[in-house]
Amino acid sequence: MDTLIQEFPQIRNGFYTTVWLLLFSGLISTVIGTVLASFRVSPVASLRALGTGYVNTFRNTPLVLVLALAISVIPTLGFNNLGFSIGIRDFTTFFTVAMLGLSFYTAAFVCEAIRSGVNSVSAGQAEAARSVGMGFGQSLRLVVLPQAFRAVIPPLTSIYIALAKNTSVVAIFGVPEAAYVMRKLSNQFTSDLWAIFIGIALGYVVIVMVISAIGTLLERKLAVAA
Amino acid sequence: MRFTKTKAVIAAVGLSLSLAACGGDGGETDVEVADNPEFEAGSTMAELSESGEIVIGVKYDQPGIGFLEPGADAPKGFDIEMGRILAAGLGIEDDGIEWKETVSDNREPYLQNGTVDIVIASYSITDERRQVVGQAGPYYVTGQQLLVREEDKEKITTPEDTEGLKVCSVTGSTSLQRMVDEYGADPVPFSTYSECVDQLLNGTVDAVTTDGAILLGYAAENPDELEVVGEPFSEERYGVGFEKGDTAMCEYITETLQTAMDDGTWAEAFEATLGESGVETPEPPTMDSCA
Repeated sequence: MDTLIQEFPQIRNGFYTTVWLLLFSGLISTVIGTVLASFRVSPVASLRALGTGYVNTFRNTPLVLVLALAISVIPTLGFNNLGFSIGIRDFTTFFTVAMLGLSFYTAAFVCEAIRSGVNSVSAGQAEAARSVGMGFGQSLRLVVLPQAFRAVIPPLTSIYIALAKNTSVVAIFGVPEAAYVMRKLSNQFTSDLWAIFIGIALGYVVIVMVISAIGTLLERKLAVAA
Repeated sequence: MRFTKTKAVIAAVGLSLSLAACGGDGGETDVEVADNPEFEAGSTMAELSESGEIVIGVKYDQPGIGFLEPGADAPKGFDIEMGRILAAGLGIEDDGIEWKETVSDNREPYLQNGTVDIVIASYSITDERRQVVGQAGPYYVTGQQLLVREEDKEKITTPEDTEGLKVCSVTGSTSLQRMVDEYGADPVPFSTYSECVDQLLNGTVDAVTTDGAILLGYAAENPDELEVVGEPFSEERYGVGFEKGDTAMCEYITETLQTAMDDGTWAEAFEATLGESGVETPEPPTMDSCA
């Protein structure tokens, strides 16, 4: 237990990195995933093929492989200075690459969840939108997607929870986040293993609880009488 | 007889080729295999000598120390040479040695459950480890150092210079922790040293840190691009792991290695492996007594 209290600043810093990773990747993957989903339901065959190809590639590849590939290939292409900073916080190249890897991977799942939502909106809605003169983009943006998002909140929540836990993989790809701090501490304080594992696990539990709370809140807020 | 001659020719050709290629292949030292050595009946040495076979746990991913080249049948390196010396003293030919890959986490279990007979795998002697396994030696003393790109060798020479720089090592390792806690470096954790070296070569990290011996091996692989800088700032004493309590084994290991140190075989082994990076052959270390 002493280790947790004594090393709290390190653990807190590790979780800061985890949360930043989660926020950035969550945002980017949602944007990419939504665009991909609109590709997959679009009337243009080549866009549909592109969306399907993307989902098949990234959903079928283990995350470790995606990250390993990104981290060993991107710097060799000459991009070894992708770090950026927001305010006083600096993010390294490894953070950026890991964030992109996580985003591209998660986007495939987001895309499928949103597509399932789009398909759950009855065809009559899109037909009605068309009959009042809306084009494909307009009907998707103004009529179908708003209804679809309501249906996809539970699956999206699960995807973000999975993303939160997936961030722990980057501990071996140059990003010192919470799982890295755990391995570091467990090596350093062998006698306090249980406390370290449970302490770090609790940190993840808190993050996941926040995500599901937001999910539940949105679900309640957007619910409509059937 | 003819077999040995062919082998010698191949070795000689291989050696000259590797010299021509300036590094790359680690040469093999000439180790004289003992002819029917005598050991006390019932001892581990007698058993091994009798069977003509020994299983040695080594690293496969540390150039210069224990490294299996892609496509090669047997690993090469300083640890491997030590293993050959110890096997030869038992009258075991190279064919009788089974190399088994060990990683840092499974060295103790492998010794405890008998998967390997001895471990020679950049295995630092510590009091904590000596409570669960036996460790003879040290046969080599190294310390934490820094590996940097050739163009940075003037800029980064001491650990203090790494403050705020990106330093890579293995996730959870004590070397990386020391850089962060004591010298204020930015930690970049990876799962293997070779990934760290890749990131160093492509310019994403500023330095790689771990035991100097391991870094020397990587420097030897890329002599024009990488350089080990500064003095060691910790002490790691590599020992040979054996089953805890086997004092006779400890004595055998210590005596055999002492002989190799005295007659120059140790130095020869060093020159053919770690020495390829251009570092001078050090004085052999003084080994602990077994009692």
